[in-house]
Formats: sequence, structure tokens, C-alpha cells
Amino acid sequence: MSNQQLIAILPHILLSGVILVQMMVIAFARNLRTTVAVSIIALIATGLAFIPVYSLIPIRVTPLIILDGYAIFYSGLILMSAIAVTLMAYDYFKDRGEHQDELFLLLLLATLGALILVCSTHFASFILGLELMGVSIYTMISYPQRGLLTLEAALKYLILSGVSSTFLLFGAALIYAISGNLEFSKLAPVALATHGTGEIYLTAGSALIFAGIMFKLSLTPFHMWTPDVYEGAPAPVTAFVATVSKGAIFAITLRLFSSSNLIEVPAILTGLSVVAILSMLVGNLLALRQDNVKRILAYSSIAHLGYLMVAFIAAGMIGGKVLAIEASSYFLFAYFITTLGAFGVVTIMSLGNHEVDAGDISNYEGLFWRRPVLAIMFTLTLLSLAGIPLTVGFIGKFYIFTAGVTTMLWLLLAVVIIGSGIGLFYYLRIIFAMTKKIESGAPEIKIPIAGGWVMGTITLAILFFGIYPTPIINLINALVLSTT
Amino acid sequence: MQLIAIISVLIIGGFAAWLSEALNRNWPKWVSLSTILLSALLVVPLFSLEPVTMQLGNATSQWLLVYEAPWIPRFGISFLFALDGLSLLMVSLTIFLGLVALASSWNEIEHQPGFFQFNLMWTLAGVTGVFVSLDLFLFFFFWEVMLIPMYFLIAIWGHENKAYASMKFFLFTQISGMFMLLSILALVFTAKSMTGSFTFSYFDLVGLDLDADIAWWLMLGFFIAFLVKLPGFPFHTWLPDAHTQAPTAASVLLAGILLKTGAYGLLRFTVPLFPQAAMEIAETAMLLGAIGVVYGAVMAFAQDDFKRLIAYSSVSHMGFVLIGIFAWRELTLQGSVLQMVAHGLSTAALFMIAGALQQRLHTRDLSEMGGLWKDMPRMGAITLFFIVASLGMPGLGNFVGEFLVLLGTFQVNVPITIFASLGLIVAAIYSLVAMQRAFQGPTTAERNLKDFDAREVGIMVLMMLGLVYLGIHPQPVFDMVDPALNSLYLLTEPTHAWVGALR
Repeated sequence: MSNQQLIAILPHILLSGVILVQMMVIAFARNLRTTVAVSIIALIATGLAFIPVYSLIPIRVTPLIILDGYAIFYSGLILMSAIAVTLMAYDYFKDRGEHQDELFLLLLLATLGALILVCSTHFASFILGLELMGVSIYTMISYPQRGLLTLEAALKYLILSGVSSTFLLFGAALIYAISGNLEFSKLAPVALATHGTGEIYLTAGSALIFAGIMFKLSLTPFHMWTPDVYEGAPAPVTAFVATVSKGAIFAITLRLFSSSNLIEVPAILTGLSVVAILSMLVGNLLALRQDNVKRILAYSSIAHLGYLMVAFIAAGMIGGKVLAIEASSYFLFAYFITTLGAFGVVTIMSLGNHEVDAGDISNYEGLFWRRPVLAIMFTLTLLSLAGIPLTVGFIGKFYIFTAGVTTMLWLLLAVVIIGSGIGLFYYLRIIFAMTKKIESGAPEIKIPIAGGWVMGTITLAILFFGIYPTPIINLINALVLSTT
Repeated sequence: MQLIAIISVLIIGGFAAWLSEALNRNWPKWVSLSTILLSALLVVPLFSLEPVTMQLGNATSQWLLVYEAPWIPRFGISFLFALDGLSLLMVSLTIFLGLVALASSWNEIEHQPGFFQFNLMWTLAGVTGVFVSLDLFLFFFFWEVMLIPMYFLIAIWGHENKAYASMKFFLFTQISGMFMLLSILALVFTAKSMTGSFTFSYFDLVGLDLDADIAWWLMLGFFIAFLVKLPGFPFHTWLPDAHTQAPTAASVLLAGILLKTGAYGLLRFTVPLFPQAAMEIAETAMLLGAIGVVYGAVMAFAQDDFKRLIAYSSVSHMGFVLIGIFAWRELTLQGSVLQMVAHGLSTAALFMIAGALQQRLHTRDLSEMGGLWKDMPRMGAITLFFIVASLGMPGLGNFVGEFLVLLGTFQVNVPITIFASLGLIVAAIYSLVAMQRAFQGPTTAERNLKDFDAREVGIMVLMMLGLVYLGIHPQPVFDMVDPALNSLYLLTEPTHAWVGALR
């Protein structure tokens, strides 16, 4: 391994090292502040370690890993979300008794898994990253040990995630059987050339892989776990599952399917279109009947992943690839910020109650008059989820539309319109609840320092990149598109 | 630059009004007042600008101001603000009705006055943006941005059924807006396949030689979005709910200027961008307009709720605008524009009266009114003026607008003209009946009511003068918008069959 290759995976090595240090710190000097400080420093240092990598890209490190602009962009997103989640989790867990330190260890581990995912080009590293992330998340979900809801969430995630990983493995095995290869890019010739039996293996293999991925991305019809896990898990962990986990898996999926040309197999495209349409409709329709903000956000994330699939499908159409990858990158960026913002508010609202998170919509009534700033932040994140201008979510949706229009996916776009129309209804319901007049006596809401800063930054980002998206577009063009 | 200044003043003024509430609950409205006056000061010098000539499609056009700065270069999106006579007229109307809305709510808002003024100012900023943006992305941006503050105005300060009304308003306009966004993008990508570069600029997209089928679908996206906003039959159902439930100031803005953005969009975008396709749909559109005229009038007659009655009368009056735009003659376009202004003034006044009645009587139900003239003679006289203005009394602005539309349409389609004229008769009936039920007849209860005070009379007199002026001497308005309308004609010139005798 050359020096350059070592530098290229320095971020991962660094983070692994800090995880070991973190274990020692927890073992010898158990103190939540120290643990969180080490975590934050580790995440920032990892981010900084990507800077020297930038001059080397694209660089392969063993057949397993490639460091390119695409990987760096998603790594950056993941690290920023991890920092935000760490800070939110600090607020959330600091007053909930002893032994909260290990959560931050798990969070670093899961982040490491996600970082490996986004730069893997081989099924081995794919599964490795996926499981590293998955196993840490099971524990994070059940961390607070507070009754059945959490336990149910963790168990559901554990079993379904385990099953989906098996699907994935079996799919990989089938593809290996026909191609004799586990490296994504070497599948390309096979994907385009195979006929007869080979095609069956290939289609079945990719279908199984996709089924596995759909579980993790909570796409319909494999979305059942989402609302329960979102509701049961502590709010910061939900934020992590919704952003880092889904984002990393989407990034690797797009890489797998576009670099192997599997996405151009017609049967797969048709299947994906059905999945996208179902996700958009089911996610939005089921959200209508919910009274729990966390469950609403869960269904809305199902719908959002459906929108994202439109860009994914566009990547498989002729002439759509470049714009589609750009579109999905921006959309994910918007989705990350917005989702973190939404769960940031839920975290802050949940600080006063150690039994259950502030899920029920009645918790938010009159928020505009109790905590105007927090209410405005939540309104902005909800409007961003709904894709209304002034917010980053609008540019995200704009990108989905452009990706769809260039590849003429009119049916899918019609469903996007219908879906976001239905979506407005439940976002507005929350906003309306916040504008209600209330009598005095509602519990006071404290805004913690760390959470306040995180939310402030997120809100500014939602507004700034909603009004002036050019910096991110340039970044995506420089990083992501230079390497595809 | 001046245009950005006007919008920025309103945006910043909104923030200032909100923040000032922390210091004193009475300050927000004063901050708003100074904001509006300041933006009015910025509008006045625009009237004396010398026009510059720009190439627009295959024709030339006159613009008072054009400002362009890059925004999202990746897609060729820019801050392209431009002003011609038509935009200037609409912007002036916006600022003036902003003042009316502020005056109408001067003493009405007890709950969270700061946030109220913030939303009021932001609505004005959004609408102003819509009237001066000529980059389609920017236009869509403002188109959506103006919804949010209006939603809050209805949802927070509305009446008993505000949740339903505000939701319906938002859903209708937003979903139809998405179709427009889709059309905009498809248009831009089609243009890119023809010219090779991304552009959202109106100047570049007008006059493209589009495939007829594609053009038809793209036109439909724009048409539906604007038809919903106008509101045209059968997409008008959000309007009676939104108007009825909204607080007075929001009703004034909704009826006065938000509806006009729909008409403006049809005039500025739908027809010029897709002249051929618009011609194909012209007959249907005029028919929808005529149905709207008669249906709105009949429905208005059936209402007991005073605000609902005015809301349905809006559907009726805006039907004339729709007919006028799609008849696409010089007379009908002039009529439509004049009708937009006149309807803005008369309906704003009527909503203000309805709001004042509700504040005094705590009801909008006409059957609980009656004999109010005795208690409030000033209000009665003023109401009578606006009622007759709205039913189309010659000598007032609304008459000129509706008459010109009918006169011009008669050359295009006689049956539709005759059918639409029926609306005028029904309008006379429901207007006068409403007047009788509210202000005349026996008093139903012993009331001690406060008549209009100086503030209210003052603002009403301003609007009355405006209507009289429009009715007697509308030529200055025509002189102002004619260059803009002429350039729109020239754009559609290849479709000779449709364009009527020019001048």
C-alpha cells in the first residue's frame, strides 16, 4: 500500500483509532462531557483528514474502497449530521441518569460504518460497512431502556434489518454465481451482455439486493418498521437513522447500480418505478391519519425516499445519469438538513419528559406564542419538507423535477405532485397546531445551549441554501460530477 | 434596482414590525404604515421613467426598467426584474391596497399584532415580486412565497372555520402551482434542446417555435395554475371559503391583488409563451369565463353571508377578465386590465365594509341585519356607492371594464357575449338585494352602532375617487398599459386568425 493510499484512508483510520481511545476514556474517566468532547473532536478531525485526500482523488485503495469526489461529498454530509446528532444527543441524555457514555461510542462506530459504505466499490466492503452501522444502530435505538415502545422499536429494527441483510447477501451470491465477481465496476459488462439463464440470475440477484436495500431505505412495500422505530427510538437516534443511515445506503446503492449498469436492466427500472410510486402514495396517505409528529415524520420520510427514487430512476434512463446524480445529491443534502432540523425540534421539545418523546401533536399547540423562535424553526423545516420556496427543500424538489423532466418520467412526476399535495396537508396540520391560541399553564420549554446552536445553524442553512443554492451546486459539480 | 428596493423595504419592514411588538404593542401598525408609505415613495418616481426598447421574441417591446443579476448560473436562473406599464399599474394597485388593508385592520387585531403585520408586509412583497419578475423561476418563487404569509393570516386571525379555509386555499394554489413548475421546467428543457443552453428568462423563452403537442400541454400547466388563482370556474371553490374566513385585511388583499396575479399570469405568460396553443383553448377559456360570470352571480344571489356574497361576486367579475384575455382584442385586453383595477378597488372596499359590519354586529349574516342606514348613514351611503359600482353603473370604473370586454368579445364570439351579459342583470339583482337586506327595511333590533370614523371615510373616499376617475376618464390607464399590451399583440402576430384588428 502506497503512502498516497494510506493518506486516502487516513480519515477512516483516524476515526477507528479515536473509537479505541474513546473506549479507554469511558473505561477510566467516565464523564459525559469528556466523552462528547472527544466525539466532536474526532468527527471534526476526521472531516479535516479528508482535505489532503481531495488532491488525490480519485484514488483506489485495494479493490474494496475508492476515494472519489462522490465519496468525499457524502462523507462530509455524514460527518456533519453525526456532529449535529452528537450535540442533540448530549442535550437529550445528559439529564437521564448515569451510563449514557456508550451511546456516543456507538454513534462513532455507526458513523465509521457509514463512511466505509459511501466509498466502497465491492460487495465485501458494502456488507462490512452496512453491518457495522446496523449493529450499532440496534443498540442506539434501545439505549434509553424505558419500556416497551423502545424495545419494540429495537427488536423490529433488529429482525427486519437482519432479514434484509440476508436478502442482500443472497442477491450478491447470485450475481457472483453468474459473473464470478464482487466488484461493482466489473459487473458492468456482464449486466449489459447477459442473455438467457444469465439474465435470470442477474435480475433475480439485483431484485434481491434491491429488496434488502428497500428495507433499509424504508421504501414501500418494505416500510412497515419505519413508524414504529421512529416513534420508539430516542429523537436524536431517530435523526441518525433517518439521515446518516439512509443517506449512506442510498449513496452506495446509486454507486452500485450506476457503476455496474444494473440500473439499465429494464425489468429493474420498471420495478423501481412501481416502488417509487407506491412509496410516494403510501407514505403520504398514511401520514394523514397520524397524530404523532414522529410518526408523521416517519411516513414523510418514506415519501421523501420515494421522491429520491425518481432521481434514481432518471439515472437509469438515457442521458439522465449526470443530472440525476446531481439531483439526488442536492436532494439528499436538503433532506439531511431538513430532517435534522425537524428531529432537533422534537429533541428540544422532549427534554422535559423522560418517559416518552414529545410525539403527540398536542405538545406543539400554541408553540408560536410559547417559544416563537423554536416555532419558526419548526415551521421552516416543515415548509422545507413540503418543498415550499425560501427553503432548501424547494431546491431539492426542483432538482427532482428537473431530473424527471429531462428523462420524461411524466407519470412519476405526476405522482410527485399528487404526493406533495397530500403532504402539504399534514405539514400544515402541524403548523396550524402551533398557531393555536393557548391558555397559560402549558409546560415551559427550555432551549439548551448545544441544541440551540445546532438548530440555529440548521435554520440558517435551510434559508440560505434555499435562497442561494449556488455554493452547494458548485460543490456537487466539482466533487460528485467530476468523478462519474 | 428600484424594484429590488421596493421588495426589500417590504420584507425588512415586515421584520421590523414584528420585532417592534416586543417594545410596544401599538408600534407594529405604525411600522407597517411607514413601510408602505416608503415603498409608495419608491413607486412614484417609476411613473416618470423613459422606456427602453428590448427585443422580445420576434417583436420589440417597451420596458421602463430591466435589471438582471445571476442567481443560479447552473440552470441559467437569474434575478431578472423588469417593469412595463402593466406591471407598474399592478404594483401601484398592490401598494395602494396594502394601505387599504392596513387601514381596515387598524383597530381590529388584538392577538399578536406584530406577526400579523409581518405577514401583511410579506404578502405585499410576494405579490410585488410576482408582478415584476420575468425569470420564470423567480416568478414561481414569488408565486409560492406569497402563499405562506396569506396562509398564516387566514389560519391565525381567521374566523370560526379558519383551519378548513386556510388549508383549502393553500392546497389549491400550491398543487396547481406544481403543475406550473412542471410546465416551466419542461419548457426550459425543450428550449435547451433547441438552443443548447439553460435559460429561464422570459425574453429568451418567448417566441420559441415549439412543437404543437408539447406547447399545448405546457400551456395547460400555466393555464390551470392561473385559472385556480383567478379563480375561474370550476376551480373557484377555494375562494368563497378563504374570503369568508379571512380577517378583513386578508380578504382585501386576496380579492384586491392576489386574484389579479392569476389574470396577470394569463396575460403575461400563458398567451405570449404559447400563442398557438392558447388560441386552441381560447373558446373553452372564454366559455369557462362566461360560466363563471353567470354562476358566480347566481351563487352570490343565494348567499346569506355578506362576505360570501362578495366572494361569489368576485368569481363573477373575474370571469369577465378571463373572457377578455382570451378574446385577445385590443378592446378586451384594455377592458380586462381596467376591470382588474376597478374590481380591486370596489371589492376591497366592500370587504372592508363587511369587516366593519362584522366588527360592530359580530355577524356576517344578512338576515340579522336590516335598517342599518338609520344607525350608520355614512356607512350606508358609502356601501351604496360601491354596490352600484360593482354592479356596473356607467360612469364608474367597473362599467368601463366590463363594457369594453363585452364590446370586444362581440366581434369574436356572439353567443358567449350574450351569455356573459346575463351576468350583469343578475349582478344588479344580488347587489341591490344585499343593499336592501343590510341597510334598508325595518330595524330588527335596538342597536347602538358607531358609524364610520374619519380614518375609514378617508380611505373609502380615496377608493371612490379612484373608481369615478376610472369611469369617467380611463384614458391615462390605457396610455400606461398600451405599450405593454401592444408588444403582447405583436408577439402573437403569427397567429393572425386570432388576433383582431390592431388599432
